[in-house]
Amino acid sequence: MKQFFYTLTTLTSHWRRRPGQFAALFVGLAVATALWSGVAALNDQARRSYDRAAGALGLGGSPSLVAASGGFFAQDAFIALRRAGWKVSPILEGTIRLGDKSYRLLGVEPLTLPKISSNKMPEGDDLNDFLGPPGRALIAPQTLRALGLTEGATPTISEADRLPPLAIARDLAPGMVVVDIGAAQRLLHRPGRLSRLLLAEEPTADAPTLESVIGETLRRVEADEAPELAKLTESFHLNLTAFGLLAYVVGLFIAHASFGLAFEQRLPIIRTLRAIGASLRALSLALVAELTLLALLAGAAGMAGGYLIAAALLPNMAASLEGLYGAELDGALGLAPSWWLSGIGMALIGAAIAAASGLVKTLRLPVLAIAQPFAWREAQRHWLYRQAALAVLALMGAAAALLFGEGMEAGFASMAGLLLGAALALPLPLAAMLRLGERRARGPLAKWFFADALQQLPGLSLALMALLLALSTNIGVGSMVEGFRRTFTQWLDERLVAEIYFEAASDKDAQRITAWLSHREDVAAVLPLCKAKTAIRSTPGSSWPVEIVGAPPHETFSAHFPLLEAHADAWNSIARGDSALISEQHARRLRLALGSTLEIPTPTGDWRVEIVGIYPDYGAAKGQLRVDHDALSSRWPDARRLDYMLRARSETAPEIMLALQAEFGAGVARIIDQAALKQRSTDIFERTFAVTAALDALTLVVSAIALFASLTTLAAARVPQLAPLWAAGVSRRSLALLELARVTLFAGATALVSVPLGLALAYDLVAIVNVRAFGWRLPFHIFPSQWLEVFALALLTAALAALLPIRRLARIAPASLLAVFANER
Amino acid sequence: MSVISAPARDAAVEGALLRVTGLSKSYLGPQGPLPVLRGVDLTLGAGESLALMGESGSGKSTLLHLVAGLDHADGGAIHIDDAEVTKLDDEGRAALRRKTLGVVFQQFNLVPSLTVGDNLSLQARLAGRYDRDWRDALAERLGLSALLDRYPEQLSGGQQQRVAVGRALAPRPRLLLADEPTGNLDEATGDAVLNLLLELSATAGAAVLMVTHSARLAARLDRRATLAGGRLAP
Amino acid sequence: MNAETPRALLLALALLSTAPARAAGFAGLGDEAQGFAEPQPGHTLVFPRDHGAHPEFRIEWWYLTANLTDETGKAYGAQWTLFRHARAPHGGEGWDSPQAFVAHAAVTTDALHLFAETRARGGVGQAGVTAAPFRAFIDNWSFSATEPNLSGGTISAIAPRFRYTLALTAEEPLALHGEAGFSRKSESGQASYYYSQPFFSVEGALAIDGAERKVKGRAWMDHEWSSRPLSADQKGWDWFSLHLDSGGELMLFRLRSDKTLPFLSGSFITADGATRMLTRDDIFLEPLEQGLVAGRLLPLRWRVRVASLHLDIETKPLNSQSFMGVGIGYFEGPISFAGAQSGVGYLEMTGY
Repeated sequence: MKQFFYTLTTLTSHWRRRPGQFAALFVGLAVATALWSGVAALNDQARRSYDRAAGALGLGGSPSLVAASGGFFAQDAFIALRRAGWKVSPILEGTIRLGDKSYRLLGVEPLTLPKISSNKMPEGDDLNDFLGPPGRALIAPQTLRALGLTEGATPTISEADRLPPLAIARDLAPGMVVVDIGAAQRLLHRPGRLSRLLLAEEPTADAPTLESVIGETLRRVEADEAPELAKLTESFHLNLTAFGLLAYVVGLFIAHASFGLAFEQRLPIIRTLRAIGASLRALSLALVAELTLLALLAGAAGMAGGYLIAAALLPNMAASLEGLYGAELDGALGLAPSWWLSGIGMALIGAAIAAASGLVKTLRLPVLAIAQPFAWREAQRHWLYRQAALAVLALMGAAAALLFGEGMEAGFASMAGLLLGAALALPLPLAAMLRLGERRARGPLAKWFFADALQQLPGLSLALMALLLALSTNIGVGSMVEGFRRTFTQWLDERLVAEIYFEAASDKDAQRITAWLSHREDVAAVLPLCKAKTAIRSTPGSSWPVEIVGAPPHETFSAHFPLLEAHADAWNSIARGDSALISEQHARRLRLALGSTLEIPTPTGDWRVEIVGIYPDYGAAKGQLRVDHDALSSRWPDARRLDYMLRARSETAPEIMLALQAEFGAGVARIIDQAALKQRSTDIFERTFAVTAALDALTLVVSAIALFASLTTLAAARVPQLAPLWAAGVSRRSLALLELARVTLFAGATALVSVPLGLALAYDLVAIVNVRAFGWRLPFHIFPSQWLEVFALALLTAALAALLPIRRLARIAPASLLAVFANER
Repeated sequence: MSVISAPARDAAVEGALLRVTGLSKSYLGPQGPLPVLRGVDLTLGAGESLALMGESGSGKSTLLHLVAGLDHADGGAIHIDDAEVTKLDDEGRAALRRKTLGVVFQQFNLVPSLTVGDNLSLQARLAGRYDRDWRDALAERLGLSALLDRYPEQLSGGQQQRVAVGRALAPRPRLLLADEPTGNLDEATGDAVLNLLLELSATAGAAVLMVTHSARLAARLDRRATLAGGRLAP
Repeated sequence: MNAETPRALLLALALLSTAPARAAGFAGLGDEAQGFAEPQPGHTLVFPRDHGAHPEFRIEWWYLTANLTDETGKAYGAQWTLFRHARAPHGGEGWDSPQAFVAHAAVTTDALHLFAETRARGGVGQAGVTAAPFRAFIDNWSFSATEPNLSGGTISAIAPRFRYTLALTAEEPLALHGEAGFSRKSESGQASYYYSQPFFSVEGALAIDGAERKVKGRAWMDHEWSSRPLSADQKGWDWFSLHLDSGGELMLFRLRSDKTLPFLSGSFITADGATRMLTRDDIFLEPLEQGLVAGRLLPLRWRVRVASLHLDIETKPLNSQSFMGVGIGYFEGPISFAGAQSGVGYLEMTGY
């Protein structure tokens, strides 16, 4: 025990003399943990929210029956199934508006609702209150706060309808209102209609089959099918995770570099300890204990940092998830114990990975070999070849993932392979460049400059690799985001041509409003949209939810609606009612092309349409089909007919909007003009990529720290190399300038390599990952001005990182340089 | 590990402290094995001092490393007290080094991040034999009392080697092994350090086995032996 | 004191497992009956009309217990109960209806006691009761009859591990408890309408875990409705329905209060259908042996004496673990008895 203790304190005493090295190590581990755990906290938060939304009242855990054609079905099916012994519970879902926001209204029947642990349905007196009259509207506490209402309030949701008194239900998903099934049918104007039946128990073996009870009107949906939100947002979170992982790797590069140096510098101490009787076991234990302590400390600091990052990014992420997918996130960051465990675990694993090679090498060296200084350096003579071999392996992995892999994960895997391979290969071009420089150089100082830089390469290579990763990510992500921004803005301009968009509160309101509008001379056209939901079978047994939009034939669409490709008379075919436009992502998902035909399940039977056009739909994550208004209307008696587009002269638009609101009040549920709609869409876009940009910037900062750490730790070791030059008459100032030139050269060369790598990355993102994640492919743009920025950034990063060590060098006391000759053999 | 638990001061009078018999060692060279030691026999009594001489490459340091358990012999045996060094595992040899032996190298090998005081105490602490009074006495005698809070890099070469001598003697070893302890010092400083080394070893009751190529220094020790052709000539 | 205690009042409110803080009496059965109709003395029950539901009363139940044997003579018990509970005496249509239903079904053998529960809202067609022809149903469980004395029908229940369909016939008339069906339960005004058909002959099929057997035996049916059947201090009861081998039918109960002495009462119905009230001085109920059932201590064997009938018997359960582990659990199981008389019957114990 004493042996272990004094071995440990002797080893750790090293850090007291080299606080910079310790800081680099600590910061590397902490930053890796922070970025990873920050992203993990964000993802956890989102996942919890989805689970809660899906699992509210235990709905997620049960299989359910839904209308085969999508949409609603008659309550009779519920009664028929119950009377046949099927333990089903009716659900009616819909959307209501409170203030200026949409909420999910869920109607449930508490007596038949499956009793599951997550089922927070009221019992006893609360159940009586819930059933009413007047009933209750259950709502999450944070949603109630957000609405600025208190329990017992009965907010208006449309002209004639008010919610039952609000009551808090903890654990309810935010953005959700739960009422009794009867109240839901009333509030959603769907008397006698249901949207889903939950299957509380599997039917007994002798129970009649589903078909024999209700025919083919309902189909079964398994519980283990991922909740819709989780499915849709999966790509978003994978994106975040990939960034978290990248940052983690960059952090590990720092830690690895510092550990490597620390082990090398501590070899004499270890040799001495062994010589005076510390056993190998005590030494191993001490090294592992030191590592663990460090990982725990840095991990804890990293977790704190991760929390701050997550807390800072959460509002943006919440806004973009809501805007893109309608997923409501809890605004307050909740941290699960599993998050702490995984974060500390990642710190420990990171420390182990970063230190493993150094640790193993140290412990494996025989006692006497340690006594020979730089034995380890000797062993590293072939590192360049090894790096190259590993790089080839990584690049082959990337190619394999691209060729044989499927899905977004393969896209990311290929990206990871590419980045890792390129980073590992980086020393090769750098070494080649330096050799060339050495050969071409005239004058001894120039020759020394290149030769010395070549010798420095191994020590700096890890930091340069980290820099390369950060720079190319910057270029890649920057290209993608900028390209997306341009495409998106242009698309918005083309797509949003109507001057006013509004939504009526009810069918009755819609009729009154259109009648009123038809008398106004300043309104050129009123274009009704009707919407229905169904699911298109893709492969046997699986189907994709799809929204079908019906629009009337009008110049607004035929002249402006942006299409990727279309038949010449696409709009006429659509007006005939036997053709449809399909969104790009849905076409990809279902592998449909122009001319393909599609069977759309409708309440009135299957509807066969031909695909006559494919259009980009960057705003929606769900699949969409566009058909003729009347054709859709006749097939979906239940279709939603509340959305309208108004054509008018743009200067009269504000006046029309005011008049509409004055005339109909709450009868107009939502109204927005073109400019505001564009603004809102752009906001959502900006927020989506704010998270990406923030992580991107953090990664760059981390790599700057890596460079700084490496330079600082190397600076001390530089003195013996510089002393002979100083003795030969090169001034300290010149030496410092040479050092600066060397660092700048490295950074500049790295930045040069990062441009093609960044472009490859951007291409991977745009052409592979995005297509697989979101279903759309963006035009691949190149932004040379970004490269210049990145280049400048690299030089600045390097210069800043080199500044402190170089300043020290310029001011080093001559005595220190002299000491080299006095002390060294 | 009976060697540690048996202080056997009296036994040392009759039996030798160190017995090396038929020790052989060769290194693998480009043209096959290169024999360095070809059957070395050596005994050293408790409190005795022996200078090990020989030309460069004659195997002096190899013999010292084998005695310290820092390397493995090919044949023969090394006994220190009752322990057979050649048969101990790493744990046993480490225990032997920290409790029974003291080692002084040409390179000083101080821990740069520990103070002079902590360096002095390090081996004694590892051995679990730290004795504050004895350490203070050593520091006093070695002229280091005023330098205890300094770091090795702030010391001259002679001062550093005195710290190394103090560190080796602090756990009261039975045998002090020294490999060219003054090789890195000028003659005057070297003589002073050697005087202290011999004097304090005598005080501590430690035998001394010192490698040197200087006949002048070897003359200061009780006995001398020369390695040549892989064998020891008295 | 002319008190008839409702048979198995239990759990009308298992439906609404009322919070203890606000509930009075067992399962809230002593709650105030605001706005609901109250049973009136002198009211004449009319059949088949009164076989149906009485929504203006707060609670109501249709209850059947059967003692059965299969072709090898092995004994079984079967239970079928439908409770109705109204949140308000009047109300809307469809989902707005204030009516709710809960049903329990069970089968018992000497080794098994299987039970099931299902719940439903009134007003939408998932559960309901009609008078003529008589039909009570919830999900795929039902109880029907063709004759005014409830003869000529079937009762069936289907649960994951058991199912039964039993044909019911009876020659005898209905037995009206209390004053022509008006049954007082305390001097402070609690009362119910209560009648029985204790004479059912049963024949049918019963399946457990997929193995079906033909069964026959005797069954006792109760129908009772009220708005406030218990006084606030009444915490539970022990209730017996006994089919005497001699042909008579006997109903006895002990109502336990936390303030006063237990209240004892009962009815004896002769083989030809004449009903006679039994008073507390006439009845002696004595627990002989207690046992642990579902974590509670319950009297399992009883000594039952009715002095005026010269009856002195000891009862034992077919299965001592005949516990209904629903929202508010209770014991409901077949028994047999021997002594001065022998026969079979059902024992119900609540509030332990």
